[in-house]
Amino acid sequence: MNKIETKNVHLYYGDFHALKGISMSIQQNTVTALIGPSGCGKSTYLRLFNRMNDLIDNVRIEGDVLLDGKDIYKKNIGLRIDELRKKVGMVFQKPNPFPKTIFENVAYGLRVNGINHRSFIEERVETSLRQAALWEEVKDKLKKSAFELSGGQQQRLCIARALAIEPSVLLMDEPASALDPISTSKIEELIYELKTKYTIIIVTHNMQQAGRVSDKTAFFYLGDLIEYDDTPVIFTNPKDIRTQSYVTGRFG
Amino acid sequence: MTHLDVELKRLKEEKIEMFDLVISQLNKAKTAFLTMDKALAREVNFNEKRVNALELKIDKDCENIFALFNPVAIDLRFVLAVLKINSNLERIGDIADGISRYVAETEEAFDTELLQVTRLEEMWTTAIEMLTEVQKAFDADDAKLSRGVFKKDDLLDEINGNANDVIEQYIKAHPDKIRQALHIVSAIRKLERTGDQTKNIAEEIIFFLEAKVLKHLSEKAKSE
Repeated sequence: MNKIETKNVHLYYGDFHALKGISMSIQQNTVTALIGPSGCGKSTYLRLFNRMNDLIDNVRIEGDVLLDGKDIYKKNIGLRIDELRKKVGMVFQKPNPFPKTIFENVAYGLRVNGINHRSFIEERVETSLRQAALWEEVKDKLKKSAFELSGGQQQRLCIARALAIEPSVLLMDEPASALDPISTSKIEELIYELKTKYTIIIVTHNMQQAGRVSDKTAFFYLGDLIEYDDTPVIFTNPKDIRTQSYVTGRFG
Repeated sequence: MTHLDVELKRLKEEKIEMFDLVISQLNKAKTAFLTMDKALAREVNFNEKRVNALELKIDKDCENIFALFNPVAIDLRFVLAVLKINSNLERIGDIADGISRYVAETEEAFDTELLQVTRLEEMWTTAIEMLTEVQKAFDADDAKLSRGVFKKDDLLDEINGNANDVIEQYIKAHPDKIRQALHIVSAIRKLERTGDQTKNIAEEIIFFLEAKVLKHLSEKAKSE
């Protein structure tokens, strides 16, 4: 089943045509990597799914963006942005924990959604931290500030925070680019494990990372989707010469 | 277990499956050859397609692992070794297939005297034992066990080395059985090749485990 689908999506930042008719289907419980040089539209495409682009002035979006078969940009289906963002979590390039305790960072999403039941919150915080492979490292210091954690731990905390509200889709915008190799491999293992429960879309500049973590890879260039295929195909036998140039590092 | 570990484990399982299949092909080819069982020979010919399909699958999986996971150190050596073992096993599969074709072509059973003087059964048994041992070595990551097959190959070389004289004498005594004798010579040559292929596999296992390159070294140096 298609978890996410876009049909002929165009996006303009004022006069700038950032996405040029992107049609793509993403299956449930898969990891999809979006790759391409800077400015190719991959992050813009990612931000379609939690309507983050809406925050930018003069943005104009055409075409259909479907989540579970429903167009998330159609006003008449009554899906509010906060409801959408409960279904679609996001993790950013730099870890951005709140200036709160480790516990409260993870509990935050639940609290703003009006959940106050203490044991429920405690349980969900633990589950989320376990899912994010962080529980063992922080279980004895939940009341400490999140800023005391290392960069890699902070990023896993942000993943736990995103998971706490039980989204079905996880968007990741270069989640490991600011991390050391060990933390990066932890995040990658996490992505591999999380796909049994979530549909994950990841933007990455690191092609090897795309190879290691994803089932499908989409190559974007100048706002066009050049090639979208199974990751092994993209990395062993891409059909488009531009994809080949990019994955072999000979672009330009 | 990392994602790469999962892929490497799967690759190892596939490789062991290929060992099983090729050893089974050799066993069947042996029985078919020694008992003139044409049905069994045809089964070996039929199963050759499976060996080839598995070879292609493993080649593709190695290619994907290189492209997607950029393995290094022992992981890199493992995938390289699997790739080379793959070619060797496929050729051993070809040999089982080829020898089984002689069974199909030959009308009467091989002369027992001919089989005896050429020590063909002993050769079959040793070749299969060698391959079974390298499979065990591969499965258990055992370099010592791998080294054991180098010695066993001497027997195959010896039988092969004596074959010309033995066959010459046999042909002189049995000029009506020249064709049979020629099939036997071909089978001996092929089985001698399986010994070499098996030794190559053993070298690859040692390369992967110990990062030592044994190719083109003397037998003595290889055993150390």
